[in-house]
Amino acid sequence: MATYARPLAQPQPHAEEHEDPREHLMHDPRPRGEMNAMIMESMHVTSWKFWMVTGILTLIVITCVGYAWYYMIMQGLGVAGVNRPVFWGIFLVNVVFWIGISHAGTFISAILRVLKVESRRPFTRAAELMTTFGLVQAGFSVFMHMGRVWLSYWLFPIPNERRIWPDFHSPLMWDFMAITTYLLCSTMYLFLPLIPDLAMARDRTEGGWRKTFYSILSLGFRGTEGEWKNLTTAMNIFAFAIIPVMFSVHTIVSWDFAMAQRPGWSSTVFGPYFVIGALHSGMAAVAIVLFLLRSTMKNYKYFIRPEHFDTMGRLMLMVSMAWAYFYFNDYLVPWYGGGKWEKLIQEFTEKGPLAPLWYTMLICNIAVPWLILWNKNWRRTPWLLAITGLLINVGMWLERYIIIPEGLTINRMPFTWRLYVPHVEIALTIGLFALFMLLYMLASRLIPLVPVWEVQEGQEAHIIRKIGKAEVSTLSDLE
Amino acid sequence: MAAELELAGFTNQSEQELGGRWGMVIDQDLCTGCQACVAACSMENNVPFVGEVDAAYGRTMHWIRIERLWDSMDYPNVKMTSFQPLLCQQCHNAPCEPVCPVYAAVHSMSEDLNLQVYNRCVGTRYCANNCPYQVRVFNWRDYTDARIHPELTTLQNQLNPDVTVRRRGVMEKCTFCIQRIHKAEDKAKSEGREVRDGEFTTACAQACPANAITFGRLDDPESEVNKTVAANPSRDNHLLEELSTLPRITYLAGGV
Repeated sequence: MATYARPLAQPQPHAEEHEDPREHLMHDPRPRGEMNAMIMESMHVTSWKFWMVTGILTLIVITCVGYAWYYMIMQGLGVAGVNRPVFWGIFLVNVVFWIGISHAGTFISAILRVLKVESRRPFTRAAELMTTFGLVQAGFSVFMHMGRVWLSYWLFPIPNERRIWPDFHSPLMWDFMAITTYLLCSTMYLFLPLIPDLAMARDRTEGGWRKTFYSILSLGFRGTEGEWKNLTTAMNIFAFAIIPVMFSVHTIVSWDFAMAQRPGWSSTVFGPYFVIGALHSGMAAVAIVLFLLRSTMKNYKYFIRPEHFDTMGRLMLMVSMAWAYFYFNDYLVPWYGGGKWEKLIQEFTEKGPLAPLWYTMLICNIAVPWLILWNKNWRRTPWLLAITGLLINVGMWLERYIIIPEGLTINRMPFTWRLYVPHVEIALTIGLFALFMLLYMLASRLIPLVPVWEVQEGQEAHIIRKIGKAEVSTLSDLE
Repeated sequence: MAAELELAGFTNQSEQELGGRWGMVIDQDLCTGCQACVAACSMENNVPFVGEVDAAYGRTMHWIRIERLWDSMDYPNVKMTSFQPLLCQQCHNAPCEPVCPVYAAVHSMSEDLNLQVYNRCVGTRYCANNCPYQVRVFNWRDYTDARIHPELTTLQNQLNPDVTVRRRGVMEKCTFCIQRIHKAEDKAKSEGREVRDGEFTTACAQACPANAITFGRLDDPESEVNKTVAANPSRDNHLLEELSTLPRITYLAGGV
C-alpha cells in the first residue's frame, strides 16, 4: 500500500496584509551621494508658489502681528476683549497651545531616539524644528499678554540698583524660567544632530552666502571618528536629559492655573493632564507638518512615506486615549465631589452659551481620532492623517479656550460674571500662525529638514534576510 | 468634644491670626445702595471714568462697588438680597500677593494691608485672577491722559494730589485710603502719640449717609469697629471665609 506524503498546508498570507519590505525607507536604500543631492536640491528648488505663499504670509505677519500689536501696545489692552472677570484671554490660550505644539517635537525626537524606534529617522528634525518655532510663538504670546510689555525685562533676574529681583513665589516666574530653559535645551538638541547635515551642505555648496552660513554653523565638522563619538555622546546626554525637562515644562505651565485659588483651575491632575494634552496637539501638528513637507518639498516623497504616517497615527491614537483618560479624571472628580462652584462651571460649559465649543472639543479630540486611526489603510493616507491632525488641533485649542477664558467667566462673585468677546486677539492669533508657517518655510530653504545622515545610518544597519522562505527584516546593533 | 481633642499642639492658626491693624465693618442692614461711597472713593483716589462702552463690557474701575443680587429670578417672586458694598478685603493671607512675578502686589507688615505698587506692575493680571473677591481693577486704556481725552483737561484739576494717577497696563485696587492713614500717622508721630481710633476715616466711610461703613483700628479693643462687631454677635461674617484669606472687613448680615 502506497503512502502519499501530503505537503503541509502553506499559510497563505492575506493579500492586504502582505507588505513589500521595500516600501520601508530603511529597506529602500539609495547611494549616499544621490541622497545628499536630493536633499540639496530640495533646499534650492523654489517655485513661484513658494514665493507667493511666503509673500502672503509675510504680509499677514506684518499686519496681524506687527501692526495689530503696535496698536495694542499704544492703546492699551482695552482694544483686546479682556475684561473683568476674564483677565486672561486668548493670549494665554495661545501660550499654552504653542507650548503644547512645541512639546511633541521633543517627545518624538527624544523618546523615539532613546527607545530606538527606527521609523523616527526621517522626521525627527521636522519635529524638533517645530519645538523651537512653537516656543517662539509662545514667547510672543506671553509678551502680547502683558499690560506693560515695555517693562517685560523686569521678569528677568537682572541685577539692578533697587535690588528688586523677580518674585520666585509666582508660578509665572517658574513658567518664565521653564520656558527659557526649554527653549535653550531644545535649540541645542535641534542643533546637535544638525551639525553633520550642515557639514554635508557646506561640502556641496559652491561659494556664496550659503557657503559662509553652512561653514559657520557646521563648526568645522569633518566627520572624523572622534567627532562622531563626541557628537553621539552629546546627543545621547541631551536625548535623555531633555525628557524630564519636557515633562516639567508643561507641568509648570499647568501650575499657572492649578496653583490659583479658583474653582475649575485648582486641580491636582492638571500637571499630567496638560502634558498629555500638549502631546495630543503636538503629535497632530507633526502629522500636518509631515503631510505638508511630503506634498510640497521636492524629493520628500522618498523620505516621508505612508509608514511614517502610520507611526504617527498610532501615536496619535494612543495619546488621544490617554488624553480622554485624563480628561475623564479631571471631569469626574469635581462632578462627583459636587463642589458648588466646580459644578456651576461644569454646567456653564455644558449648557451655557458656549456649549457648542465643549461638544466640538470632545468630537475633535476623542471621536475623530478614535474613528479614523484604528484603520491601517486610513492611517497610511497622508491627507486623511493631516485632516485628523487639524481637527485635533482645533479641539485642543478649544480645550485651552474652555479652561482659560470660559473658566474665568464664572467665579465666586456672581455679580462680576461676564462673557468674553475677543477682538484684536483674533488678528494676533492669525498672525502667530502665519509667523510659524513663515519661519518653517524659510527654514526649509536653509537647513535640511530630513536628517540625511540618520537615514543613511539606519539604512546601513537594516538588512533583509531570508530565513527559510520568509523574508525577515533584521537590524544590526548600531552602538 | 472637639475642643478637648488636642492633636500634638495643633491649633487653629487662622483664629490666632485674626488680629490686624486697620479694619472695617459694613452693616448690610443700614446700606441703602446709594453709591455715595463709590463716588467718594473715585474722587479721593483719582479713579478714572472709563466711559459707558467699557463700563458695559465689565471694565469699570471703581475700587468699591455695590453688589445687588437677586435671590430668585421668577418674575413675580423676585427677592433682592441686601446691598453688598465690595472693596478690597485687605486679606491677611492674600491670594493676590504670591502670584505677582515682580513684587507689585506686596504685604505691608507695619500696616497689615495689601499694597499695590503701581510703578512696579507689568500687567500680567495674575493677581486679579487669583482674587476670590474680584476687587482688583485694571487700567485697560489710558483713561486719565488729557492728551488722548481733551475733555479731561479741566477735570484734571479735581485730582487728589496725594494719590498718583495710573497709566494703562497697571493693576490697582482699594488701598484703605493709605494716604489718609499716613497723614494721620505723621501727625500722631509729630505729637508723640499713637493714632487714635476715629481720628480719621476712609473716603467711603466718610461719605456714607447711613453710617453703614465703619473704619478704624482692629488692635484696639475699645475701637468703634470692634464695638460694632461685639454689639451684633449673630450677624458678623467674613466673605468666603472657607478660603481662609483672613479678610479685614467684617460684614454684618442684613435681614437677620
